Amino acid sequence: MDETPELAAFRAETRAWLEANCPEEMRQPVTGDSDVCWGGRKWKFKSEAQKLWLDRMAARGWTVPEWPKAYGGGGLSKDEAKILAAEMRRIKARPPLSSFGIWMLGPALLKYGNEAQKLEHLPRIARGEVRWCQGYSEPGAGSDLAALRTSAILDGDEFVVNGQKVWTSYADRADWIFCLVRTDPAAPKHLGISFLLFDMESPGVTTSPIKLISGYSPFCQTFFDNVRVPKANLVGEPGKGWDIAKYLLTHEREMIGGMDMGSTGRDSMHQMAKKAIGTSKSGKLKDGLLRADIVRHEINAYAFGLTMERVKDEAKAGQGVGALSSMLKYYGTELNKERQELLMSIGGSDSLTWEGEDKRDGDPARTWLRSRANSIEGGTSEVQLNIIAKRVLQLPGA
Amino acid sequence: MALVLNDEQRMVKDSADGFFAEHAPVSQLRKLRDSKDPDGFDRGLWAKMAEMGFAGVAIPEQFGGAGLGMVAAGLIQEAIGRNLTISPFLSSAILSATAIARGGTEEQKAALLPKMASAELIVALAADEAARHQPNQVATKAEASGNGFKLTGAKPFVLDGHVADKLIVAARTSGADTDVAGITLFLVDPKAAGVSVKRRWMVDSRNAAEVTLDGVQVDGADMLGGLGEGFAILEAALDAGRACLAAEMLGVSAQSFDVTVDYLKQREQFGVKIGSFQALQHRAAHLFCEVELARSVTLKALTALDAGDERAPFFVALAKAKAGDVCKLATNEAVQMHGGIGMTDEYDIGFYMKRARAAAETFGDGAFHGDRLALMLNY
Repeated sequence: MDETPELAAFRAETRAWLEANCPEEMRQPVTGDSDVCWGGRKWKFKSEAQKLWLDRMAARGWTVPEWPKAYGGGGLSKDEAKILAAEMRRIKARPPLSSFGIWMLGPALLKYGNEAQKLEHLPRIARGEVRWCQGYSEPGAGSDLAALRTSAILDGDEFVVNGQKVWTSYADRADWIFCLVRTDPAAPKHLGISFLLFDMESPGVTTSPIKLISGYSPFCQTFFDNVRVPKANLVGEPGKGWDIAKYLLTHEREMIGGMDMGSTGRDSMHQMAKKAIGTSKSGKLKDGLLRADIVRHEINAYAFGLTMERVKDEAKAGQGVGALSSMLKYYGTELNKERQELLMSIGGSDSLTWEGEDKRDGDPARTWLRSRANSIEGGTSEVQLNIIAKRVLQLPGA
Repeated sequence: MALVLNDEQRMVKDSADGFFAEHAPVSQLRKLRDSKDPDGFDRGLWAKMAEMGFAGVAIPEQFGGAGLGMVAAGLIQEAIGRNLTISPFLSSAILSATAIARGGTEEQKAALLPKMASAELIVALAADEAARHQPNQVATKAEASGNGFKLTGAKPFVLDGHVADKLIVAARTSGADTDVAGITLFLVDPKAAGVSVKRRWMVDSRNAAEVTLDGVQVDGADMLGGLGEGFAILEAALDAGRACLAAEMLGVSAQSFDVTVDYLKQREQFGVKIGSFQALQHRAAHLFCEVELARSVTLKALTALDAGDERAPFFVALAKAKAGDVCKLATNEAVQMHGGIGMTDEYDIGFYMKRARAAAETFGDGAFHGDRLALMLNY
C-alpha cells in the first residue's frame, strides 16, 4: 500500500501503544448497551478496565482523535485517525467513550461556538466528564421541527426558558442539554430559533422517562419552568439556531445511519444463522429461502458500507454528492430495520423471550423493537426522501 | 486503495464520456437495428475506439495496448452504458483479451493482442452452454486426435460470435460435465471445417451466435493455457467481464434515471408537473440512493481487480449482483414514470430497459452471484 514513511511510523507507534494500554477486557465484543461507556457526572463504571481505558485514551486525546489538542482532542489528521481506527479494529478494541457530546454537540461547537464555549465544554466532553442530551423535538414539533415553541425570553443577563421537549434521549442521565428555543416569536418560524446550552440541574428542569414498546425508556419528556440560563450560553447568533440545528442533524443522521453497520466484534448475520440453523452437506444454510433473504440483505449491507467508504474518500478529495447525510440516514436505518427483522427470523421462537434469569434474555426482541425507531428519529425516512428530492433532484414543489 | 478516481482515470472518464456521446449515441443503435445491419455494429466506430486507446485499454503496453487497467475499462463501459453503444468492447477487448493475457503463451499474446488493440481482430469467448449461466458446465468434448484435438459440442450464447475472427472455446478434456478441473481453452478459427456460426438477434439489439462444433480439428499449439486448467483463466476473464458489465449497468441506470428526473420536471398532468407528486418524488429519491450504491460496489470491484486483491472475485460478485438489481429497478421505474410514452418504440427509454435485462442475465444474475457470495462467505 502507498503509506508514507510518516504514516507508517504513526501506525507502528499506535499499534505498540494500543497493545500496551488497551486492557484485555476492553477487547471483548460489545454484547449490548450495558458494555458501552457513556461517561458523565452520574456515570458508574462497569469495571476498573472501563475506567482505565477511558482515562488512558482521553489523556492522549484519542476519545476525539480529530479535534484540536487545545480542546482535549488528539489533533490527528484524517489519515492518522483512519489508522487509529483500523488499529483499534485490529485488536477489537471497544470505543473508550460514546456520547452525544462527541457525535453531535462537539462538531457544532467547533464550527459555531466562541472560544470560551469551546474551552469550557469540549475538553469535558473529550474526558467523558459531562454527558449531554439533545432538546429538539416537542409534542407539536416532530417532523416539522421548526414549529417548536419552547420560549427563551431575555431578562437582564439571563434567558428565561419555558416549554416542553419530548424524545430527549437519556435526559434523565444527562448533565447538560443543548436545546433549540424560540427567542423571537414574531420572526418567521425558521428565523426565530436559537441554540442554547444549560445545566440539567438548573432549577425548573424536570424529566420523566417514556416507556417504549421495547420496554426500555431511553427517551424522556423534559419540562422547563422558568429556567434561568446565562446569556453567554447562547451559541452563535440569536435567531440563527436553525442553521446550527441543521448542521448538527447531519451529524446525527450519519451517526444513526451508520449504527450497527460494520460494527466491530459482532458476529455477522450469516454466522449467527449458521449457528442457529446449520448447514447441509453442500455447505449452504439449510433454509434456502431464508438464505436468499440473508444474501440479499448482506449484498445491500456491503454496498452501503462501501458507499460510506467512498463518500469519505471523495470528501477527502474535495468531491462529493449532495444531501449525503439524508441518503446515509435513510438507507442505513432501513437496512438496520431489515437486519433486525432477519435476526428475529433466524432466532425463531428463541428470539421471542421477553424476560428471564439472565439480564440479556430479552435482548433480541427488545433490540428489534428499538430499531423500529431508527427510521423515525432524527428525521423520518420520508423526510429524508423529501430532502433528497428537493436538494439533489430539485423536483418541483419538493 | 481509496475509492476515488485518480487524475489519469478522470481523464479517461472525461474523454470516454465525450467520445461516446458524440460518436455513438442511442440514435446509432436505433439505426443499426432498423437497417438490420449485416455486422450489427459500426466498424468505423470500432476503429475510432481503437485510435482512442479504448480497444486496448486492458491490454498490456508491451502488446500494443494502453495498459490502463480495469477501473479505466469500467469508466469506458459506463459511458457505453449511458449511450447504449454497440461494439465488440466487452467480448473482444475485455473477455477475450483478459483470457489471452492471462493464459496465453508469449507467441500467442504477441500474435493476437496487438491486433485486438488496433481493432483488426475480433475474438469472441465461446464458454456458456447453460441458458442460466453456469461456467463450470462444459459438455463440449475435446478428444485427442493427431497432434491436437477434435472438438464437438454446442455454444448457444457467444457474444459477437457472428463477427468474430477467432473464438476461444471452452471444452472438456477430462472429468464430468460440471467438474471445474478438466476444462481446457482452445483458439478456434470460425472458418475451420466443422464450425457453424448462426447469428442470434437479441432483445437489446445486440448479437450473439449459436456456435456448433462438429469434430473440429485443432492443433496442440492452439491450446490457451494448460491442459485441463482452463477454468481459472475462464473465471478471470469472466470476472473482468462481469465487473465491466456492472459498470455498463451503472451507466444504463444513471442515464435512465437522469432522463426520468428530467421528464418529471417537464410532464404536466392535473395542471402541475408530475415531479411535484410525492409518490414519484420518493421513488426517485430511493432510486438515487440505489444508483449511488451501485456506483460504490462497481468502483470497488474494478479497483480490487487492478490491485490484484485476493478478494476481487467477492467484490465482482457483489457488484454484478447489486448493479444488476439496481439497473432492472432503475429502467423499470423509468418506463413506469414515463407512462404511455415509455412503452413506445419511438422513445429511447425502452432500449435502456431491454439492455438492463440482457446485461443483468449475462454472466450471472443476482441469484447466481448472490449464491456465489454466500458460498465465499461459507454459508
